[in-house]
Order: sequence, then structure tokens, then C-alpha cells
Amino acid sequence: MNIIVCIKQVPETTEVRINPETNTLMREGVKSIINPFDMYAIEEAVRLKERFGGKVTVVTMGPPQADSALREAISMGADEGYLVCDRAFAGSDTWATSYTLAGAIKKLGTFDLIICGKQASDGDTAQVGPGISTHLNIPQVTYVKKVEEATDKSMRLERMLEEGYEIIETPLPALLTVVKEINEPRIPSLKGLMRAKSAKITMLTQKELELDPQQIGLCGSPTQVVKIFTPTPRVGGQVLKGEVADIAKQLVELIKDEVN
Amino acid sequence: MSISIIIEKCTGCTLCVKACPFDAIKIVNKKAVIDLHKCTLCGACRDACKFKAVLLEKTPAKCDLPNIKDYKGIWVFAEQKNGRVQSVAYELLGKAQELAKKLNTNVSPVRDNGAHKVADGCLRQPISNGVSAVLIGNKLEDQLDELIFCGADNIYLVEAPELANFQDEPYTNILVELVKKYKPEILLCGATNIGRSLISRVAINIKAGLTADCTGLDIDPDKKILMQTRPAFGGNIMATIISPNYRPQMATVRHKVFAPMAADKKRKGKVIKESFDPKLYFSRTKLLDIIEEIESTVNLSEADIIVSGGRGLGGPENFKLLEDLAHVLGAAVGSSRAAVDAGWIPYSHQVGQTGRTVGPKIYFACGISGQIQHLVGMQSSKIIVAINKDPEAPIFKVATYGIVGDLFQVVPALTQAFKIALRK
Repeated sequence: MNIIVCIKQVPETTEVRINPETNTLMREGVKSIINPFDMYAIEEAVRLKERFGGKVTVVTMGPPQADSALREAISMGADEGYLVCDRAFAGSDTWATSYTLAGAIKKLGTFDLIICGKQASDGDTAQVGPGISTHLNIPQVTYVKKVEEATDKSMRLERMLEEGYEIIETPLPALLTVVKEINEPRIPSLKGLMRAKSAKITMLTQKELELDPQQIGLCGSPTQVVKIFTPTPRVGGQVLKGEVADIAKQLVELIKDEVN
Repeated sequence: MSISIIIEKCTGCTLCVKACPFDAIKIVNKKAVIDLHKCTLCGACRDACKFKAVLLEKTPAKCDLPNIKDYKGIWVFAEQKNGRVQSVAYELLGKAQELAKKLNTNVSPVRDNGAHKVADGCLRQPISNGVSAVLIGNKLEDQLDELIFCGADNIYLVEAPELANFQDEPYTNILVELVKKYKPEILLCGATNIGRSLISRVAINIKAGLTADCTGLDIDPDKKILMQTRPAFGGNIMATIISPNYRPQMATVRHKVFAPMAADKKRKGKVIKESFDPKLYFSRTKLLDIIEEIESTVNLSEADIIVSGGRGLGGPENFKLLEDLAHVLGAAVGSSRAAVDAGWIPYSHQVGQTGRTVGPKIYFACGISGQIQHLVGMQSSKIIVAINKDPEAPIFKVATYGIVGDLFQVVPALTQAFKIALRK
């Protein structure tokens, strides 16, 4: 099974804090990591490869330093890494990003399956996965929490919804986005780490991809960010004091209008 | 479009470095240098620079743009499951009515009580100018009145047996065809699992701008365009986004961000039935089954009240305490990641960065310390009640009401007190 995994390098969001004095983002020491949801995508791809044979190719679009994310994926068992990187792609929104990644995937030849994390932790849009499948005109199954059955022609999947899940069968090739529940990503082996160190990462630029210049980067992006600001941080309120029964009565009085 | 630093003006003061949300600026030889790979041209550095040293040229790109003047009216995708329209659709209809007034495109008054006067007192515009719901499924007649009462001036209704349940491809095909035919100016959709899957495909197909998970929607009073505000980086920064050159302007919004308007049984609306070539109803993926989780306490997104527990519960059996309180309050049960990872409760209950983001009226955090990953998933709740024995727990920094104490005493006391107050 030929599997492509699309990943994104993100700042370790939880370490991004606001400096209360200057009201700006404090980023000193913020590490770059693979988007946590993409770890499940990599793991699932490697597991499918272990069952069916084949190859796992990881693709990312980003700055040159995203190279390290691809190597980490290789250390977990992926075979090849491609870095889609060009200044012409800078400023891409989800439309242009999914167009560009779909273009890169077309260049890589035939595939059976594309797996993405359900969303990236920095942008939280969940739009690029479905965007890629739409550009490639292949079926998609989002929020996959379990692969029930797989052959080289089709898969039966459990897709998470708000109040339960659906069982969906899809022909291949298809694109899946996966949630945390699907697996537990492995810790890279020493052998994997060695392999990742020496692995060759292939750079794909606009020159290789020859994408429509009107559809990439800023020009190809319908959305524009016009303002960035820090939200007023939520502050703690009242601490209720007294005996437990008394506290309970106080709280009932305070919030009972909201309960009905 | 481009960004550059005017070297002569730059003093190397680092204000722009601090302002940049994307870590794209460094000071090299006492001058700011922008890493264009990281830069999104958001303009935060230009706004921060006291020396006007950041040159940001947002000249319209030389792209072939659609004729945006043809697009009118605000649409809401009314997601239905089991033939029942989801609550987020009503919330969006209420917001859409508010936006329509600001856009001044809502010129089809549904009843003349003088509440809103029509410019020039005439109905020049076609009815497609108001707020419309798009409803796709099968046998949905009984849902139409409520949509109209809650803000729909029109309903575009597409029914067929094979459309009874959501599937990505047919629903995408239909929505794309409807948009092409009727050209709405704005298209809103709930940020549910279904909504996000569907609307992403639609936006790619029709080449439109789509902003996910908006927490604020407004109309720019001069340009009459949709201003879409959303959190990024786990809520650490907010961004306002526009799609000025493409239509429809598309956005998804989570449950509970906006309030529905009060149902008005005197409202009138028009139902426009559409059907398409059956080829468009074909789906390559096959929906084999829908498994509803038995617990009624699991739908966190739609819950007005959530009672959540964390590591402080000490074990799976103690979720019973929370269920008792939830039962009295008619609440859903949530949990922190710690409790899910420990195997005490299924993942579908997890609130936080790798679980669900929720914004109920009241959120009870019981034995949850309040790690940032949890806070980003619940800090938009209207009221947060925190119960923790550690007075230094970070959860108290965001709690509206804090109770420092043993949850094994406090939670049953709350259950009892609410039982009495609510006479249950």
C-alpha cells in the first residue's frame, strides 16, 4: 500500500504565552514540533505499511526548517520525506495550501491512501485535509477513529461524530483525517533515529511543481488577515468560602438563573 | 503584495519582533529582517513600529476575480441529523439576521409592524436578498416552520431518499450547485464534524475564502464585507480575517457562540424546492451504519451545562458523582485529558486541545488542575465553576467561582443543593 502522510510543523502552542506587561506573545524557547494530530496520521500509515507492505511518504509544506519534522516522521517508520518549499508559496491560506499540496502529491505518482491529522494545533481549521481530497477529486473520510478493515482496494472506517460514530466504507484511493483515539504513536527506535539522520529529504519548489501562479501563495488565497490582537485574558473571580453545605447554597444562588 | 523594512527608518528597537505572532522577524546587525517563509503579511509589525519602517503593500493581486456584485443575501447551512435541524443552525440564523440588517440587504420585511423600515419603502430586490436556510435531507417538512420562525426568510430545500443522511460528496455537489445558481454573498455553517468536512470541500470547489471557528462576525460598515474574527494558537491570539474579492464569504461557527433569536410564530418565509440530476447524489463512500453512543450525557457541543472531571477524581468509578450532578442539572459529562488517558472515560468526553472545544453557559471543573491544553478548550464558557483542593491550581485563574475543597464532599453537596433548588 502506497501511503502519503501530510504533516505540518507547528509551534508547541501551549508554550506560547502572553507577556502581561507588554501584551505581546512570548516565544522564547518555543519549540517546533510535528502537529500532534499528525503523529496519529504517521503512526496509522506505518501500521498499515507493516500489515500490507508498501511505502509511507511524508509531505510537508513550510520553511526550510520543517526538514526536521520530516526526519522525525522517518524516525517513526516513514520511508521518504518531501519538503514543499518556495517563497512563491508564502502567505498561502487553506485554499492555496491544499492546492499546492495536492499539486505536490500529483508529482509523487500513484498512491492508495492519503492520511492527515484532523487539524493543525496552531490554526485549528481542519480545512486542508478535505481541501486536498477535493483538489485531487478523491473520496474523503474525516475524523476517523478506527480502521475496521482494510484491503488494497477499500477500507471500512469508524468516523467520529458529536453523539456517536458512523461506519463508512470507501474505495481507494481516498483521503482520511484521523483523531487521537485511532492509535498511540510509537517512540522512534534507535535504528529509526539513525535512518532519519541520514535520510534524503527532497525539496519541491514551484519550479518542479509548475503550479498555476494565480492559485498559489497570497494571490491564490481568498482570505486575508487584516488584524491580529491578543484577547483580553479571562481573570479569576470569586472564591466561595465557608462550610461545604453553605458553599453549595451560595453557588446555587449565584448561578440558578442560568440553570433551567 | 509585499512587505519590506525601510532600512533607513529602522532603529532595531525590536518592537516588531515582539509584535510578530509568527516569529518571522529577527534583528540582524541592528535592523529588522523578515523571514518571508513565515510571514503572513498580517501587519502586526507595521502597527507596532513607531518609526513607520515597515512597508506593507497590499495592492490587489493580479488575479482573475469573480464578479462579486452579483452575490446577494446570507445563507445558513442547516445541518440535520435524523431529520432534526441541529441547534447551531438556529444560532446562525439569528446572527445572520443581525448581519443582514447591517448589510442593509435584508429588504424583504416579513411582517410590517414598523420594527424595521425598508429603505425607500419599496421591495425592489429579489427575495434571495434576505436570510436563507439551506436544508438537505429527506422528509424534512416538519422542520420548515421552526427555521422560518427563527430567522429564515427563505429555505432552499433539497430532498431525496438517498440524501437522508449526510455524505460528503452528494451534499457538496448540491451546495455547490445551489451557490452557483443563487449566488449568496455570505455562507455560514456550524463548525461540527459534518459542517467542517462539507464546507471545506465546497470552498475549494467554488474558490471561496473560508474562515474556521469564528467567534465574532461583523460587517465592515464602509466596505460592507464580512469581518471574521477567530482565535489561533490555542486562543492565545485573535485574528480578524476577510475575503474581500471572493464570494460567497464563508465561515464556520461553533455551537453556543451566538444565541438564536426568539422563535416568532408570525414570521413568514418562502420555501424553494430544488432537485438536481441524480448523478450528483452519488457517493463513492458508503455509509453502512450510524452508532449512537448510548449515554445521553455525551453530546458536549450542544450542552448548556457541562460537568467535567479530571485526575482529582482518582478513578473511573467516581465519575458517578459527576453523573449525579449532571443528571440534576440536565448537563453533559466532560473530562480532562488525564482522565481519558488513564482509561477512566471514553475519548468522546474529552475537553481541551486534543479533544473538543466547548462554550457552555456553565462549566464545572471538578478535580481538574487547569493545564493550558484544557483551558483552551473551555475558557469561552460563560461561567466557570472550579472545585479543587489545591488553592494554587491554575484553574482558579479562569474560574468565575472557585471552591477550594474536597470534590468528594463538594460535588454531592452541590447535587443535593441543586436538587432542592430545582425541586427534583
